[in-house]
Amino acid sequence: MPNKVFDKVAGNGLISRRHLLEISAAGLGMAASNSVLGADSALKLEIPAWSKVPGPGASGYGSRSTHAEHMQRLAGAPNPIYPGGGSSRSPLQHLQGTITPNSLHFERHHAGIPDINPAEHKLVINGLVRQPLVFEYEDLLKYPMVSKIHFLECSGNSGALLRGGNENGTAQSLHGLVSCAEWTGISLSTLLDEAGVLREASWVAAVGADAASMGRSVPLSKALDDVLVALYQNGEPVRPGQGYPIRLFCPGWEGNISVKWLTQLKLTREPAQFRDETSKYTDTMPDRSSYQFTFPMGTKSLITSPSGQMALNSQGLYKVTGIAWSGSGSIRRVEVSADGGRSWADALIESDQFEKALARFSIPWEWNGGDAVLQSRATDSQGNVQPTRDAVIADRGTINRYHNPCIQSWGVNRAGEVSNVYI
Amino acid sequence: MSIFKRLGYTAVTVSIILYGLFANSQEAVRLGTPVSEEQLAEFDLIAAPDGSGFPEGSGTAREGKAVYDTKCAACHAAKGEGTSGNTVIVGGDMRSEEAPLRTVGSYWPYASTIFDFVRRAMPADAPKSLSNTEAYQVTAYVLYLNGIIQEDTLINANTLNAVKMPNADGFIDRSHIQ
Repeated sequence: MPNKVFDKVAGNGLISRRHLLEISAAGLGMAASNSVLGADSALKLEIPAWSKVPGPGASGYGSRSTHAEHMQRLAGAPNPIYPGGGSSRSPLQHLQGTITPNSLHFERHHAGIPDINPAEHKLVINGLVRQPLVFEYEDLLKYPMVSKIHFLECSGNSGALLRGGNENGTAQSLHGLVSCAEWTGISLSTLLDEAGVLREASWVAAVGADAASMGRSVPLSKALDDVLVALYQNGEPVRPGQGYPIRLFCPGWEGNISVKWLTQLKLTREPAQFRDETSKYTDTMPDRSSYQFTFPMGTKSLITSPSGQMALNSQGLYKVTGIAWSGSGSIRRVEVSADGGRSWADALIESDQFEKALARFSIPWEWNGGDAVLQSRATDSQGNVQPTRDAVIADRGTINRYHNPCIQSWGVNRAGEVSNVYI
Repeated sequence: MSIFKRLGYTAVTVSIILYGLFANSQEAVRLGTPVSEEQLAEFDLIAAPDGSGFPEGSGTAREGKAVYDTKCAACHAAKGEGTSGNTVIVGGDMRSEEAPLRTVGSYWPYASTIFDFVRRAMPADAPKSLSNTEAYQVTAYVLYLNGIIQEDTLINANTLNAVKMPNADGFIDRSHIQ
């Protein structure tokens, strides 16, 4: 333990973010890994075996270290009634920075992943346009494109918290339906302009080429604003699980509306009222009315370390870190509490703060070996503040499980075990 | 002509060519091929509450029972009571004391969605295998199982959208929040 007494900025051991650098030099403990505090005086360094034999050479396609293979998505069991339906969740507690590797990006499919030959795939624009058009994939590659870093979050992410239970939940199992990538594609407005949108159109019905022909209606105002016809994800063609060869991408909005395997855009006066915007993805309130078309995802954050099912091995200094995002703007501020929300301290935002993208935050914390409840609270550029779970339930009840942005509480007990708690 | 002058001319020439390419790339990429709505008749499956997109054909619940029993009942059960949470398509009450069971009958706001969804996505193990007539028949049968229409009510593009669903007024449009 360093002898220096650091400035405490909030209850139960939170230390000013200003001390992150000097504390890092002293060494911060990492939850669930060996503490680096204290040097072993008997340690004698030797040249390792791998430094004495040439390794394999370059290869056509890279793979990760065999020592990093524990980083896996968490996929539900297949359901024979619902072939190909289901989801897989990103291992948030193992990731750093803000970009999700493509192989670990969360998935949600309604009828599995179609095996699409791009040479035979079509994108149609029809309905209320001057001239219905059909586009070939090869031709779409020739259009001017833009690249944007954005999160994508399933409407149902974090819904389990509203149900209660899940004391064994992890960052991944409870919140892993959010990921972030650089999406490159054509501004939808460019293609709509080519077809010539008629004055009476107000919506765009988007349909995928999967077995469910999953459809969602997008307001024309959004379609002409920042929606992309995305062809690339982190520099490579969009992965099949993300909509290869083409997906719609609606920044900041519930994930389901970013229709994968995009094959049709139909301009209409009114929403198409697809199954997945009426029966599903709608939010029933305590008075039994149901919100339809809840589009922007909330202002949200989550501590990814320490987090559920991790363990603190010894008292001392830890780096508390996590991710924050907002469907309505950029992340302006993240606060952290170690005493269940009684006192808060500003965390350091250590990443870029792009619009509708993940941000990474951290703050040092000295665990004194006692009980603690770690929370984070995000504020976005619109002034939206992440609500508590109690506030969400008071406002929206628990019939609905979609669109839950509530603060996550991680309890730390005297044994250093971290678990999902409600306060 | 000095080498600097030649380089200068070359630079100007290259600039003009680049500008031309750039201007073209900004204005001239229009690679969509015109297509007619008639050519899209088999491709466009969107059947909406305004009656657009519905094919020729019709069906009744009486006709739909056989199709349903063969192709739907394995998951949705004989009377629509379902075999798991998501497969229950009959019953429920949005005014119930406990958390309401949300089904086609108790929750879905538009009858058009039944036809649209059945035609594009059902049966889950063989989507788009039903004929348009079968899709109308199954739509009628699901409405009948929910007590919304009679066994011999003819369901087609016109009559389906005249059916008022029990929870039609239960939704609040939040699409203005963007």
